[in-house]
Amino acid sequence: MPTFVRTEKCDGCKGQDKTACMYICPHDLMKLDKDGSETGHAMKAFNQEPDQCWECYSCVKICPQQAIEARHYADIVPLGGSVQPLRGSDSIMWTIKFRNGTLKRFKFPIRTTPEGSIDPYGGKPAADMSKIEEPGFFVQCNGFREGDRSELIKV
Amino acid sequence: MAGEFGNPEVVEEEVDILLIGGGMACCGAAYEVMRWAEGTDLKIRLVDKAAMDRSGAVAMGLSAINTYIGTEQDPADYARMVSNDLMGITRDDLAYDVGRHVDESVHLFEEWGLPIWKTDENGERFDGSKGMTPLKDGGKPVRSGKWQIMINGESYKWIVAEAAKKALGTDNIQERVFIVKLVNDKNDSNRVAGAVGFSVREDKVFVYKAKAILLAAGGCVNIFRPRSVGEGQGRAWYPVWNAGSTYAMAAEAGAEMTLMENRFVPTRFKDGYGPVGAWFLLFKSQATNAVGEIYMQRNKEMLDDYPPYGQAAVPASCLRNHLMLKEMKEGRGPIWMDTVTALANLRETLTPREVKHLEAEAWEDFLDMCIGQCGIWVGENIEPEKKNSELMPTEPYLLGSHSGCCGIWVSGPTDVGAPTDEALGEGIPEHLPKGWNWGYRAMTTVTGLWTAGDGVGASGHKFSSGSHAEGRLAAKAMVKYCLDNKDLTPELDTSVEDLVAEIYKPVRNYMEFKDYSTAIDINPNYITPRMLQFRLQKIMDEYVAGVATYYTTNSHMLEVAGEKIDMLKEDAEKMRAKDLHELLRAWENYHRIITAEAHMKHIEFRQESRYPGFYYRMDKNFVDEENWKCFVNSVYDKETKKWTCFKRAHTDLVDKSKLFK
Repeated sequence: MPTFVRTEKCDGCKGQDKTACMYICPHDLMKLDKDGSETGHAMKAFNQEPDQCWECYSCVKICPQQAIEARHYADIVPLGGSVQPLRGSDSIMWTIKFRNGTLKRFKFPIRTTPEGSIDPYGGKPAADMSKIEEPGFFVQCNGFREGDRSELIKV
Repeated sequence: MAGEFGNPEVVEEEVDILLIGGGMACCGAAYEVMRWAEGTDLKIRLVDKAAMDRSGAVAMGLSAINTYIGTEQDPADYARMVSNDLMGITRDDLAYDVGRHVDESVHLFEEWGLPIWKTDENGERFDGSKGMTPLKDGGKPVRSGKWQIMINGESYKWIVAEAAKKALGTDNIQERVFIVKLVNDKNDSNRVAGAVGFSVREDKVFVYKAKAILLAAGGCVNIFRPRSVGEGQGRAWYPVWNAGSTYAMAAEAGAEMTLMENRFVPTRFKDGYGPVGAWFLLFKSQATNAVGEIYMQRNKEMLDDYPPYGQAAVPASCLRNHLMLKEMKEGRGPIWMDTVTALANLRETLTPREVKHLEAEAWEDFLDMCIGQCGIWVGENIEPEKKNSELMPTEPYLLGSHSGCCGIWVSGPTDVGAPTDEALGEGIPEHLPKGWNWGYRAMTTVTGLWTAGDGVGASGHKFSSGSHAEGRLAAKAMVKYCLDNKDLTPELDTSVEDLVAEIYKPVRNYMEFKDYSTAIDINPNYITPRMLQFRLQKIMDEYVAGVATYYTTNSHMLEVAGEKIDMLKEDAEKMRAKDLHELLRAWENYHRIITAEAHMKHIEFRQESRYPGFYYRMDKNFVDEENWKCFVNSVYDKETKKWTCFKRAHTDLVDKSKLFK
């Protein structure tokens, strides 16, 4: 389902040089139509190559105006359904509408720590250069599985 | 100030370590490399064609971590599983090494904030937000299979990228730059000296010189005509932005490739390509033919045609397809995932609270990693407890981290008994290594070039966590290499001027000829990247065992494909780019062509059908253990543009007979 941008909701990320959806799209699909020459809607974003859209929803989830939705692949899917998220800092809410009108809502956790809080090396030892050629990483998190050496038939 | 379209500004930089890609492997490398490089003055840079928060195969998220060994299994068990799933020809040294390291990365993910499902002492399962004992302290994960654990993984990549970005520091990250070509060293043609690419945001070409390069830019998608050819072609099973860049760039730099004949044809929910793992393993669902017969039982005797790989407790993935394809070819489709019965069975023993939870779990499985499948369910009014869903084998994919093992031949660990001094067999170029390790872990046969994740061939089943761990292993070795080679000064074998001209050629093709015709896309002087991709997909689909021929080919069809690909390669030089976005597509499709050619040449060289269910050489429709239980490896000559394929001996480092007891 390629994503599309709701004309009335998109504010072009308030005239900045690039929009949030342009920043995030892994496939470089979202584009800001600065002068309206491509879409007729100046300073609004659009999906410039819908048949390359993976439906990853990265743009939908990041849009600060909730201006981006998805219209299911027209060559596959009957019209009328929608799958729309609202991503918060620790959970995501999904509103799911079927073609026949059935509605479902789900909420799932996405993260157990505050966004931006990762301290990558906090409380971790420095690398021991004398071990750089040995198995294992600079830090041990109780996950190295030494293995039964007798399983190795050529050692 | 950037240049202008057709005349880009050139940015030249020299670093010690260059990381190409921003997915799980490079995020792992970033985390590990900065710690080992502390106090060394090594200059490190990561270049990603997208944004790290959502780049790579985990961009959308995942509902499971598919490789977690745990305390109850041995790395040797893991190496055995990988081997059998890939029909016996994998490098036990590489799989074993991933197996003993991978849980380290998973424990970090949980520490950073990834919610991991747990079971309590009564066996009841809880999502990852409940603050239960972490895995590293003995917490019990929810196993959806022997190796898989369930997660709430919508933000999996976001979390892993945050750690990597903080470790690297913003100044060492360059996003939205697409590296398209490696450059060899002027003084040593088997050494890498740098890499070049361009910004997809402004008119800039980047020329990097580096001592050590990690090339980890994913697998290859959309070289075969996909089953959906309209808007739905974007709904590839693997990420549509994985363009074979890893394989093509490494091959052109001279790296020895391995098992490029291997491919993965996943059986997935039809059209949306939603994951089936949780349905089979967690919800205990069965797949049936049109009349409700379970094809894995109905066609069980077909597994005996492929000893021993069909006889393990879990037969190889390709053989499961093989049994399913019989039903489709003999007219007993469609194939169904019987979700209705599975959920009804589960409801019998569950409380109402658990039933509600179960429904949420089923939806979350898709919403975390394949939202498009939910789009199909809502559009077709499918509620899994009321209506079954169709299954379908997809178009072929090339990758090295999932149930596939094509990729680059890399140096393995030295302490697990891998061969070190094999006699080089017939046709093996003399400059190539004689064993399975040659100094630096995860280095390719090109000095100074590393890979990880989908790039590492002959292993497979490392998935997200194993790719992260592999990136970390590579990072350590790269630091060691740089410290061992402090005085090395890389020198590019091609002038910057020539490199820029080559990279921007599609732009110049466009600028030179755009006014020749009135319709921008129809012009005898150039071809659009889009049409070039369609041509490649048509050739591969019709001649190289795509869906059009039920995955069958033969030597005659491959010969025709070869002629057509030769002309396609020539025409690739006439690709046009009307803007930077199309320049991105032009280079992606160039990488696709080189990768596809490798795939075709390897299938042609291997005189058997090693992966029944993934592809069939109908003129050699058998597995030949005596002559072909070996690696097929190759090198590409970028001057003559020709491939040389050869055999390398296979040997087991762990006892495989345990699988069949």
